[in-house]
Amino acid sequence: MSDHDYRPKSKVGQWFNDRLPLLTLANHLTDYPTPKNLNYWWTFGGILTFCLITQIVTGLTLAMHYIAHADMAFESVEHIMRDVNYGWLIRYIHANGASMFFLAVYIHIFRSLFYGSYKSPREIIWILGIIIYLLMMAAAFMGYVLPWGQMSFWGATVITNLFSAIPLVGEGIVTWLWGGYSVDNPTLTRFFTLHYLIPFLILGLVVLHIWALHVPGNNNPVGIDIKKPSKDTVPFHPYIVIKDGFALLMFMIVFAFFVFYAPNILGHADNYIEANPMVTPAHIVPEWYLLPFYAILRSVPDKLLGVVAMLSAILILAVLPWLDTSKIRSAVFRPLYKQFYWILVADVLILGYVGAMPAEGLYLLIARVATAYYFLHFLVILPVLGFKEKTLPVPLSITEPVLGGSPNLAAARNKESTIE
Amino acid sequence: MSEKKTKRRDFLFTATTAVGAVGAAAVVWPMIDQMNPDASVKALASTEVDVSALTPGNTLTVLWRGKPVFIRRRTQEEIDEARAVKMEDLIHPEKDEDRAKNPEWLVMLGVCTHLGCVPLNDKGDYNGWFCPCHGSHYDTSGRIRKGPAPWNMEVPKYEFVNANTIKIG
Repeated sequence: MSDHDYRPKSKVGQWFNDRLPLLTLANHLTDYPTPKNLNYWWTFGGILTFCLITQIVTGLTLAMHYIAHADMAFESVEHIMRDVNYGWLIRYIHANGASMFFLAVYIHIFRSLFYGSYKSPREIIWILGIIIYLLMMAAAFMGYVLPWGQMSFWGATVITNLFSAIPLVGEGIVTWLWGGYSVDNPTLTRFFTLHYLIPFLILGLVVLHIWALHVPGNNNPVGIDIKKPSKDTVPFHPYIVIKDGFALLMFMIVFAFFVFYAPNILGHADNYIEANPMVTPAHIVPEWYLLPFYAILRSVPDKLLGVVAMLSAILILAVLPWLDTSKIRSAVFRPLYKQFYWILVADVLILGYVGAMPAEGLYLLIARVATAYYFLHFLVILPVLGFKEKTLPVPLSITEPVLGGSPNLAAARNKESTIE
Repeated sequence: MSEKKTKRRDFLFTATTAVGAVGAAAVVWPMIDQMNPDASVKALASTEVDVSALTPGNTLTVLWRGKPVFIRRRTQEEIDEARAVKMEDLIHPEKDEDRAKNPEWLVMLGVCTHLGCVPLNDKGDYNGWFCPCHGSHYDTSGRIRKGPAPWNMEVPKYEFVNANTIKIG
């Protein structure tokens, strides 16, 4: 990397940098060569970093007022909402922040799927991302339990009971997770501890995720390898910083809309009723961002196989770089993959919808078809497509299609010839 | 490879690693076991319930070890219905005679064996219980008949202390 040659200008800077090369790191981050054709779908990495920091800061401040005890948790949350100065604001930012975090991560993941960002040499970035996503789900689930409302309690009961599907040791594991014979105070206190810990684990993984990204550099909408630095790249600062900043502002408008105008629309009214182990709410649903997996769980009539299907649906993503056999990264040059990609997007949205509906009749049938298709996409369509698909010619550089006015080389060349 | 002999140093490596592993495991176990039910949780092992006010066709729900327990005083119809079921029609075959020693009284954990929700009384296709979470149907003996739950609702250890009192646990 060229920034190894970096030397601070000031004497003090040199003295410090020789002992701890933080300034070299800062220089690497500002000069980091970035493909100049990155579109706005590439701004979600920065947005996600913002989301993580928001959750950590609001979470720390909430923890100053929250009491992790089965008898007091619900009241302490109401105390935050009514008595603590700006408590309502901090809690609404934290609660809606979780939804915004998942919204951004889903866009980030689907951007990778479209442009083939998970492919060689970026497999480790992708796998780190999947681990972050799993930790996010764990953190979100445990955070949802803390207010100790009805959905908290029964959500915790249903999710921890998933482990009882494991043969032989399942019941023992569930008792161990609960610290008792049902979800109760010991469960709440350990969930609070883990909910506090996980964001910092995510932060560490984000550092690795970005480190791994900075080795090969960013993928880009054309999906070709580029020399860096070259005419195809621009320095991260100020170009990408400004672009990310603008996208972040747009994102914060959406965020602020939810916080100030519809703070409870993504939540569930039942969670404003204190936890009651004697009564299960009529209709238990997880938060919206877990619904597709919930639909997969319910679509399988067998308890163990349902749990296995749900976990596989997530873990299958980790081996995606090896399931997708196509050498071409970007869907721009993969006419068939592009169609299957949008079918997958629709499939996941349908799963999310039926996950929110009762598991019976037509909904159950749709859930089963959509679940089958989800696995078909990853296990059959993607491996076969790599061999069968006739891809479009890929440009030699980023500059070529930009100057031609189209990312499609053939189209670009035709255009050039007509101009002549 | 044939020249390679087990040396003093190899032995020391293996022995040190083995002792280290045993030591680490000995430290890890308390960290894991501290999450299991503690002495105060285990101490709440039994509950006595007065059932004198319960009339036939009604269910009393009490909390035992943090879980609801259904105490159902069954009508003759319900008993007949439960006892008439053929074993081959059951997902988890258990005789009603074994589940309710005293046929009038059915005592069981009110916890769906699928994912732990509390089923609703007098609902479902088999006139017993229905779990609203994922649609499991139980009959008048609390046996799973339809839906994703794998087992019948569990009958805990209980006994009649006297004619009006049941001791659970």
